[in-house]
Amino acid sequence: MISQSLHIHLRREARAEVGFRTATLVSALLVLALLAGVIVSLVYGSWPALKQFKFAFVTTEKWNPVTDIYGAAGPLYGTVITSIIALLIAVPLSFGISVFLTEICPRWLRGPISTAIELLASVPSIVYGIWGLFVLAPVLQHSVQPWLIEHVGPLPGIGKFFQGPPFGIGLLTAGVVLAIMVLPFISSVMREVFRMAPHSLKEAAYGVGATQWNVVWDVVLPWSRAGVIGGIMLGLGRALGETMAVTFVVGNAHRISTSLLAPATTISAVIASEFTEAVGDLYTSALVALGLLLFVLTFVVIACARLLLMRLESGSVRRA
Amino acid sequence: MNTLRRRRFVNVVAFCASIVATLIGLTMLALILWTLISRGLAGMSPTLFTQMTPAPDSNGGLLNAIYGSLVMTFLGIAIGTPIGMLAGTYLAEYGRRTALATVVRFINDVLLSAPSIIIGLFVYTVMVVRMGHFSAISGAVALAIIAMPVMVRTTEDMLNLVPKSMRDAAAGLGAQPWRTITQVVYPAARSGLLTGLLLAIARVSGETAPLLFTALNNQFWSTNLDKPMANLPVVIFQFAMSPYHGWQHLAWAGALLITAFVLLLSILARSIATLFGQHANPGE
Repeated sequence: MISQSLHIHLRREARAEVGFRTATLVSALLVLALLAGVIVSLVYGSWPALKQFKFAFVTTEKWNPVTDIYGAAGPLYGTVITSIIALLIAVPLSFGISVFLTEICPRWLRGPISTAIELLASVPSIVYGIWGLFVLAPVLQHSVQPWLIEHVGPLPGIGKFFQGPPFGIGLLTAGVVLAIMVLPFISSVMREVFRMAPHSLKEAAYGVGATQWNVVWDVVLPWSRAGVIGGIMLGLGRALGETMAVTFVVGNAHRISTSLLAPATTISAVIASEFTEAVGDLYTSALVALGLLLFVLTFVVIACARLLLMRLESGSVRRA
Repeated sequence: MNTLRRRRFVNVVAFCASIVATLIGLTMLALILWTLISRGLAGMSPTLFTQMTPAPDSNGGLLNAIYGSLVMTFLGIAIGTPIGMLAGTYLAEYGRRTALATVVRFINDVLLSAPSIIIGLFVYTVMVVRMGHFSAISGAVALAIIAMPVMVRTTEDMLNLVPKSMRDAAAGLGAQPWRTITQVVYPAARSGLLTGLLLAIARVSGETAPLLFTALNNQFWSTNLDKPMANLPVVIFQFAMSPYHGWQHLAWAGALLITAFVLLLSILARSIATLFGQHANPGE
């Protein structure tokens, strides 16, 4: 009697085990299905445009809904340039912040400061957008850009990046906003990998008379190189795909201009501002093709970042 | 002697530079918050929560947008979180070091940082085009897709923090793995899972890009999930870009509202994590 009810109970448990295990497996597979679905839908949606323009889609600057000619070169240029500007600003700042937090900062201040920096990552991107448009852009337009035009503009070489009227909105402004946005991502990865540098190595360096800076620059940084590059690429991935903030401040102009002060556009900004208004199959398809281009770009960058970081994570960050 | 002095000098300069870098970072946060508070407070009034989004140049509030955001965030979380938690459970408990788990983990990490506008495009093609119109439910699905990877990642991390001995003890009593997981491991990782949930909500509630071509926007009060629905981020986007001062004021008020909500959630999530001695690293 007892053994029979126990038997029933055990069988029910075993069946529940199969059910639960299957549910977790299906959910995990759903992650893969999601990525596959994204790729398939993007390729499917962009097929008409890609068939029409072939490889010229990537190299053409024209973007004309009236004549139905679309080229991604303008947005692609804007995406790459704004991201480069963002990294040029954010990487040194992140490095400084990480050095401060791991080497200089008194222990009791570490928590609050790193939390504050990481809060920058929680601010919604739309807020960066309106802040960039209404606060940062006027400041840049009235003080920073005139100075750049007057002093850097005439210089040979880099001068050509800083010519023309100060619009306020444009590549430079978008780059600055992106820099603030990716800063917390890069600095938190850097801090994490700096902290993982073996104490024995650092102490050995101090033992032979290195200053604290020598230890950071010549011991910790080389040791954590893979992680630092991973963090930077993660930030790059964010910058490439960031949409709302950029849409506000980049100027939405489909053209390639050498000057960083000129309005331009990025892939994500074009999709955000034109997709709901796009009429005609080819127009929509061209926008989806832009999406595909952005996806491929960010996928490669993020995948590289994750591969670099995975090695470290399997060490101590992930399974600490 | 000379090089020693030089190295000390470089040391001081470098450390001063790193202090300056930190100050710049903190100043940016302060500037953004200050702008939000000073401009957003002006628009804060009871009518914000009692009236609908107005036509240009007339008075109104954000009631329909706030409602829409709450509904879609709730639905998105309700769909995305359980799936994410189950997938995270697979990675931590069943899959572990198998090839499948490694691939899923990697792809999930990629999805975690994938541009959210791409998710919007994806949901547009698979849902909006099929249904023939924009709808709140497709907005919720887009948000679910964004919440899911956050939950997968935190669930796995948090379950990994539960000591193996607890699982062994349960197994020793004859419990099946699923019973061990649901009645021993989940409760032990409770605070960590809660952190993940809060972070997922914080992540989702500020998202704009994926809603642009899924939920779209709606000037009026709507509770129909099959119809376009107003939501704070898209309303802020539209109103801020408009030339009307009334709309811009509302945009700032909405931005303050959303940011306050998201930052409070993040801080809450963090304090829960530190309080219970667990370490969350979202979005890395």
